[in-house]
Amino acid sequence: MLAMSIQVKFFASLREMLGMDSTQIEARANITIREIWDQVTSRDYPVNTLCAINMDYAKPDDVVNDGDEVAFFPPVTGG
Amino acid sequence: MPAYLYEQALDPLKELAQYQNQHLCPGSYGACTNFIGTMRDFNAGTDVQLMTLEHYPEMTQKFLDRLCKEATDKWELVDCLVIHRFGDIKPGDPIVLTAAWSAHREDAFSACRYLIEELKARAPFWKKETTGHKERWVHDAPSS
Repeated sequence: MLAMSIQVKFFASLREMLGMDSTQIEARANITIREIWDQVTSRDYPVNTLCAINMDYAKPDDVVNDGDEVAFFPPVTGG
Repeated sequence: MPAYLYEQALDPLKELAQYQNQHLCPGSYGACTNFIGTMRDFNAGTDVQLMTLEHYPEMTQKFLDRLCKEATDKWELVDCLVIHRFGDIKPGDPIVLTAAWSAHREDAFSACRYLIEELKARAPFWKKETTGHKERWVHDAPSS
């Protein structure tokens, strides 16, 4: 099965914790957001972490497609 | 019903007047409400010297654009406006402006409140405060 290309981004305290703001990965088909976290970070998925696919909020068990942009970030504090 | 992200200083009342003069016809609305959020020099019992607002540029813009559309779908608005800062912000600096124009006050009040509450709850911004010689991420959005 062909590998998919996924752009992965991290923001705020997660970016600092991981020492990485973005990375391009190859992943298997039908991979979920949580599995992408595991593949990239080798850390437990932090409690309260939010995620997005292609700039829309998503859930950790959502499946990612080839060419998607996945983002991980802590709870928001704007305004 | 635009949403703007500014790295430069924000003068909310000037922006509000300018937008209203350029985009709204006199007589087309009977109510204008606005909310202006400003940086405090204290938080969680500590003096704060500086705040850096990080955001996820593409998602933040997309979220705010959608938020403005939701507000205009939910209430009878003539128009609405959101402007939010990012980057380095000093105490006293305005951070955010939300505004709504409608024929009557109820829709304008409700929409303006919806804009700021949804923005605070869901828009991808993250505050990092400088206190003395330390930096800290703000973990909990103030409720009011």
